[in-house]
Amino acid sequence: MVPLSYYLVLSAILFACGIAGFLIKRNIITIFLSIELMLNGVNLTFVAFAAQLKSLDGHIFVFFVMVVAAAEAAVGLAIIIAVFRTRETLNVDRVNLLKL
Amino acid sequence: MLKAKSQTPVTDSMLALVLFFIFAALCVGGAINLLVQKHPINSALSLIVVMGSLALIYLLLGAEFVAAVQVIVYAGAVMVLFVFVIMLLNAGEEERLPHGSRVATILGVPALIIGLGIAAAVVTHLTGLDRIGIGGPTVMNGANVFGNPQAVGHLLFRDYLLPFEVTSVLILVAIMGAVVLARRED
Repeated sequence: MVPLSYYLVLSAILFACGIAGFLIKRNIITIFLSIELMLNGVNLTFVAFAAQLKSLDGHIFVFFVMVVAAAEAAVGLAIIIAVFRTRETLNVDRVNLLKL
Repeated sequence: MLKAKSQTPVTDSMLALVLFFIFAALCVGGAINLLVQKHPINSALSLIVVMGSLALIYLLLGAEFVAAVQVIVYAGAVMVLFVFVIMLLNAGEEERLPHGSRVATILGVPALIIGLGIAAAVVTHLTGLDRIGIGGPTVMNGANVFGNPQAVGHLLFRDYLLPFEVTSVLILVAIMGAVVLARRED
């Protein structure tokens, strides 16, 4: 069997990749993709601990994380479309004012 | 439902380990490709690779329902939404404004990834979690019961019924918010 720590290290690496993408990327869509990557890393931790503890609650939490991620993607992409309409750019460095 | 075929434990655990390393390598490769690619569509496609191989890792952990939902909702619905928006906005390669340090990026990102990985390895070693072998379907009465849709559904619609219903409100609010935000103001 695969040790539990392997799954936790993998999820830590995925989460770190998400953080790095969030910090270095300048395209607002790629920043959003990095957030999804971080959520996936956390989901792996939930499933690994659910398997270790022989408890299904972790699977339920993964389900709720997925629901929140889907809602967040819908609202976030709508915001991106609204920003693109007014600014004509997806670069977060060029979106530096709250007013239109 | 699958009848569990008991093989010798050594072959089973070796197979699980080999499969884990294959899919973990795919995962990490996809995640790093997401960082390296300049065009958002390439990043989105490599994220689909990450999500697909994560679904297979969930299967290794015996989480059948989560693996199916991962493919249908994440790799399917959410990523289609992303790719659709990338195409709709005609997003090109990202431009870099001339401020910000390249050295910090080149050195900091691998340091962050490797550092967090090593930190997780050390913490799990100190807490003794690396001596616990997990994974594989849990067999009860000859059938895999752990993590299949029936077991998850029982839990979801009995113990977690109120949170489940509350998520429907969340989805409704998200739909209305998306419609209002993306509406063209005439």
